[in-house]
Amino acid sequence: MKTRFFSGWKTRMQAMCLAALCGLMMAGFATAAFAQDTPPAATTTADAASTVPEAADDATAAEQEAVAEPAAPAPAISKPDTVWVLVSAALVIFMTLPGLALFYGGLVRSKNVLSILIQNLVVFSLVAVLWALYGYSLAFTEGTPFIGGFDRVFAHGLDAAAIGATFTKGVYIPELAFFVFQGAFACITCALIIGAFAERVKFAGVLLFTTLWFTFAYLPMAHMVWFFPGPDAFTDTAAVDGVLARSGFLFKKGALDFAGGTVVHINAAIAGLVGAYVIGKRTGYGREAIKPHNLTQTMVGASILWVGWFGFNAGSALEAGGVAAIAFVNTFLATAAAVVTWTFVEWTFKRKPSLLGAASGAVAGLVAITPAAGFVGLNGALAIGAIAGVLSLWGVSGLKKLLGADDSLDVFGVHGVGGITGALLTGVFAAPSLGGSGIWDYVTETALPDYDIAGQVWIQAQGVLTTIVVSGVVALVAFLIVKYTIGLRVSEESEREGLDITSHGETAYEV
Amino acid sequence: MKLITAIIRPFKLDDVRGALTEVGVSGITVTEVKGFGRQKGHTELYRGAEYVVDFLPKLKVECAVTDAMLEAALEAVQTNAGTGKVGDGKIFVTAIEQVVRIRTGELDADAL
Repeated sequence: MKTRFFSGWKTRMQAMCLAALCGLMMAGFATAAFAQDTPPAATTTADAASTVPEAADDATAAEQEAVAEPAAPAPAISKPDTVWVLVSAALVIFMTLPGLALFYGGLVRSKNVLSILIQNLVVFSLVAVLWALYGYSLAFTEGTPFIGGFDRVFAHGLDAAAIGATFTKGVYIPELAFFVFQGAFACITCALIIGAFAERVKFAGVLLFTTLWFTFAYLPMAHMVWFFPGPDAFTDTAAVDGVLARSGFLFKKGALDFAGGTVVHINAAIAGLVGAYVIGKRTGYGREAIKPHNLTQTMVGASILWVGWFGFNAGSALEAGGVAAIAFVNTFLATAAAVVTWTFVEWTFKRKPSLLGAASGAVAGLVAITPAAGFVGLNGALAIGAIAGVLSLWGVSGLKKLLGADDSLDVFGVHGVGGITGALLTGVFAAPSLGGSGIWDYVTETALPDYDIAGQVWIQAQGVLTTIVVSGVVALVAFLIVKYTIGLRVSEESEREGLDITSHGETAYEV
Repeated sequence: MKLITAIIRPFKLDDVRGALTEVGVSGITVTEVKGFGRQKGHTELYRGAEYVVDFLPKLKVECAVTDAMLEAALEAVQTNAGTGKVGDGKIFVTAIEQVVRIRTGELDADAL
């Protein structure tokens, strides 16, 4: 006899398995939290602390001598920098909720808007939990050049007293501020991907994929690009090789990625593109009109993204100083330039300037300036934005036809094309001869005198290629695992009726 | 008695309603409809995706009139719904067998 209870057994099993998984992780978290009584071993924090005396500038040294007995004081937290990083973290969280959710929500049909909103909210929250359990540790503690270690697993040692490095010797912020700022990055990266397979994906499939991809693609990429033992470790020229050996693979190569062009945007875009191929096209794609249901929502979302991005880019300076200011202004200008070029090119070649085009141009400009934000001058930012606006327009039209995948919300066309454009052009416009800041030497605390544009672009290209390979391979394996276990796609009947009612049991609009 | 069914441009409704009232029509029914005739649709472009929208929004105006009023009512609709361009719409006239006013049970011309 098929009762109502047994008819939904498969869904129930999936939900129960997921709940059990979360429960286990929470239990481990609690155990570890209670067990922590010793301070963590070698981390950024420890290195920073041990090198403070050498790093202290003359004034501080003089002050210390004046004081009767310099009993090696604990490094002080910079309060203004702490404020800036915490505010920036909140701005980055605001980018996903509600910025990205609204941007994506407006682009789908009205029968699927709630599915997009809940995917944003739950993916964000799932990644935040995973970030505390093991994500932060694997991304930002010392391990191999490809992945971090386990010192901070289950938030071990992450308390109000833990200090984290910035990009200046002797300047510190609470490690928790860095933890939440970077956690917000991980959350938005995973949320970006869902746009590629919107309107047909199974909710449980999204969650399992997110867990796998976050663990095996996001964390290694973040470690490879961003992890280094902190500026204090660069005590003299002799120490440089040793410090770089402990840093991430791409950091060591000298790849420039200020706020996540590779780690966030190219990474997410490649995963999305692979997902669009594996899951297949939406039912009716190419035959029926699949139109955005509310471009007003999309415009509001894009605007929130722009505002939040000031935290994303300028916050990545980790200090409230000149670098933050230039990253802020570059985020302002590159975005505007991309809106202008996208609009005029669309107007010229496709007859009408569209709001969706202008809003997409804004996002393309934001994506493109991300890796360059603190490294290029204002003219460089304008150029990067202008070029990205045109190339991303091609990304969502000509290139999209060539690729042949139904990337529903153009995650690859905007974030992939804009991200690759920005990553490569960072190598060009970071050149001091073109108004950029050049490569920073942490030993002398000046920019290196020589800058080789072609060489740097090649290093940037290696960063892009590494991201494509890591994200592409991990995403393919992860999507196939999901497809052949719990399933990646809803039934055609459910897709026709809409995910809001069939997957979530609710509707967005009562008319 | 005749039933006049007119497909008109939405922004012409007020003019048509006014003219019909003047010739003595005491009630009309309006429905928002979509359709196509000789007027071409338009294209909509969402990033790379271009869609041809064939069905354009129009209003369907229905009113029942006595045979004596028919000519005047048709004239009123045609002059007030027209702009002279393709897409002004059409008027259909059909015979009515019977009319009943629900409240009183009056029949035919008395019920109009």
